[in-house]
Amino acid sequence: MTTPANDASKGPRDTMTGTVPSGGGVAPERNPSVATRERRTAAISPSGETPYLVVEDLTVQFPTADGLVSAVNGLSYSVPLGRTLAIVGESGSGKSVSSMAVMGLHDPKRTRISGSIKLGGDELVGLSENELMKIRGDAVAMVFQDPQSSLHPLYTVGNQISEAYRVHHKVTKEVAKKRALEMLDLVGIPNPIRRFKQYPHEFSGGMRQRAMIAMGLVNDPKLVIADEPTTALDVTVQAQILDLLNNLQKEFGSAIVLITHDLGVVAEMADDVLVMYAGRCVEYGTAEDVLARPRMPYTWGLLESIPTVSAANERLRPIKGLPPSLLALPSGCSFNPRCPYADRVKGERCTTDLPELLPVDGAGAHTSRCHLHDKASIYEAEVAPRLG
Amino acid sequence: MLYFVARRLFSALSVVLATLIVTFALFFIAPTDPAAAICGERNCTQERYNDIKENLHLDRPKVQQFAEYTAGIFVGRTFETSGVVQDCKAPCLGFSFKSNRPVTEMLSSRIPVTVSLVAGYSVLVLTIGVFVGSMAAKRRGTTADRVLMSSTLVLSSIPYYIVALMISLYLTILYPILPRGGYTPFTESPGKWFLGLLTPWLVLGIYSCTQYARYSRGSMVETLSEDYIRTARAKGLSDRVVTYKHALRSGLIPVVTIFGLDIAGSLGGAIFTERIFDLPGLGNLVLSSLTTYDLPVIMGVVLVSSVILVTMNFIVDVAYSVIDPRVRLS
Repeated sequence: MTTPANDASKGPRDTMTGTVPSGGGVAPERNPSVATRERRTAAISPSGETPYLVVEDLTVQFPTADGLVSAVNGLSYSVPLGRTLAIVGESGSGKSVSSMAVMGLHDPKRTRISGSIKLGGDELVGLSENELMKIRGDAVAMVFQDPQSSLHPLYTVGNQISEAYRVHHKVTKEVAKKRALEMLDLVGIPNPIRRFKQYPHEFSGGMRQRAMIAMGLVNDPKLVIADEPTTALDVTVQAQILDLLNNLQKEFGSAIVLITHDLGVVAEMADDVLVMYAGRCVEYGTAEDVLARPRMPYTWGLLESIPTVSAANERLRPIKGLPPSLLALPSGCSFNPRCPYADRVKGERCTTDLPELLPVDGAGAHTSRCHLHDKASIYEAEVAPRLG
Repeated sequence: MLYFVARRLFSALSVVLATLIVTFALFFIAPTDPAAAICGERNCTQERYNDIKENLHLDRPKVQQFAEYTAGIFVGRTFETSGVVQDCKAPCLGFSFKSNRPVTEMLSSRIPVTVSLVAGYSVLVLTIGVFVGSMAAKRRGTTADRVLMSSTLVLSSIPYYIVALMISLYLTILYPILPRGGYTPFTESPGKWFLGLLTPWLVLGIYSCTQYARYSRGSMVETLSEDYIRTARAKGLSDRVVTYKHALRSGLIPVVTIFGLDIAGSLGGAIFTERIFDLPGLGNLVLSSLTTYDLPVIMGVVLVSSVILVTMNFIVDVAYSVIDPRVRLS
């Protein structure tokens, strides 16, 4: 909540003409038919700024021997430069799969992708492997979860960083090495010259993740996708890595998509939050909206399951049940078998109709997918007191 | 790195020394009588037998014999039979009384043949075998992959010598598509050396290539699903660089391990191949020496083979440490 861009969040949300941030993301020019304008509205960042990354109606499916797995279903979001979007959800909710699709990392032979992913106005869905290669690591970079397994164990760290630079820049090894040393220094690795020649197994966990970030940012990407960047790290190191990401974002002005299941990380990092459940977006809004005024029972469950210091003697409140199989999603709302509030909706709507992603207060950018009509009062009366 | 190489070299030398002791023990301590073997079955009078025993110091303590044998390797020695003194220069591996020549001399012309054969074999399996396996891994699940892998399975189920004999018969004699096997020293004519060994290499190599293709396929399938391969792709590297640089380097590790274990087997395969193509290598020599009980030659071949084996293993170890830097540090 520290970036000035946040102030724009109160502004009108039904227009594309927000302030253009320093990086210069350009709004896509399209035929402004009513239908597209409506769909585009859903994809506008909750801040109302011109987004750099626009994902619209993204669906990712994997044909398997057991049937078609719909890992991501009709997902729409957008991220302007300089802002951080956190995608939150359980394992298997489709958060990683959707960002792998942004990177074009899915095997086209085994994956069906539909919808639209626009990066600075250019469509990525349907691009050939060769065209995607030019974008990967250059305009979009990814910081992976477990630096232990995500760095090649047999190449020196320096080698891997300079390689990432040389893929997109025609420079000599010396120039790339200089750049890599610069990056190692930038991400706070002491003694870069010695570290350059070391292998990942000679690094500590936090240092490895720093090296991973250095590798991701070596080409000055406009969009950084951080896939659970702190999950494999100690708590103390986690905070350092998050600080680092925050500072680098301020310096480079890039857009960040942060994938996490840790709401603590979300509170610290995110400007906007998108909650995913079973491949669908169930709640989307600014971090303040989603964390302080959540309007979807699944988000309530996530918030309630965080252990708090004041409630040290209480048992944890997990969300009961398991996420559904993506092969056989429950009819209606995917969350209905686990939803403690489903009986408050009249009739069988929760089990028959998939709720639309609608603005929570009739208008505005904070949207949620739930049939409950008195979400605000239920939250204030029942959920908020439990959160302490 | 230097320390690693020195340590490996030391352990290699100790293996050679152990082989020396064991082979010596096998032939001289075991209940075979070298003197009787040299004397022959016919015309062996007691007098001649004793003569041989005394001249070759076979009546002396075993330890002393061993010391003389070992010393011979480094400084040379002389053998005296029936009043004729035979000089055996260092490295002396004994004297073959069957053919009246020092063993070293008999071996020296044959070592290059076997080494050429095994070296060519190694190059074949480590290039074609690994390449085919990697291609199959990259296209796993496709028809090409299945055809490739099932055909290698069929081929490797047929005993080696049958494949070798059939190829030799059909492709070099009945339908001479491939050049006839034969050996010309490399120093004499590299072209003839290559052509003469081409068929033996193919026969010995293609067969193992099928197995190496399967090993490397398995190893590469596993490596290609590693997180760091995804990272490499996320950097924007091309599929080719990802497969043949990032994945292959890790994928090679188990293959090199198997190769190290397999070298002894390839020396055994070389014996068949030399026999089938009539190449004057160590394998042929040891087969003929076995039929004539030429003990010093057999001993020499065993010792030299062990040195070849240990050398190859040493190379594998060093290659291993080049591929995987973690090996050096542990």
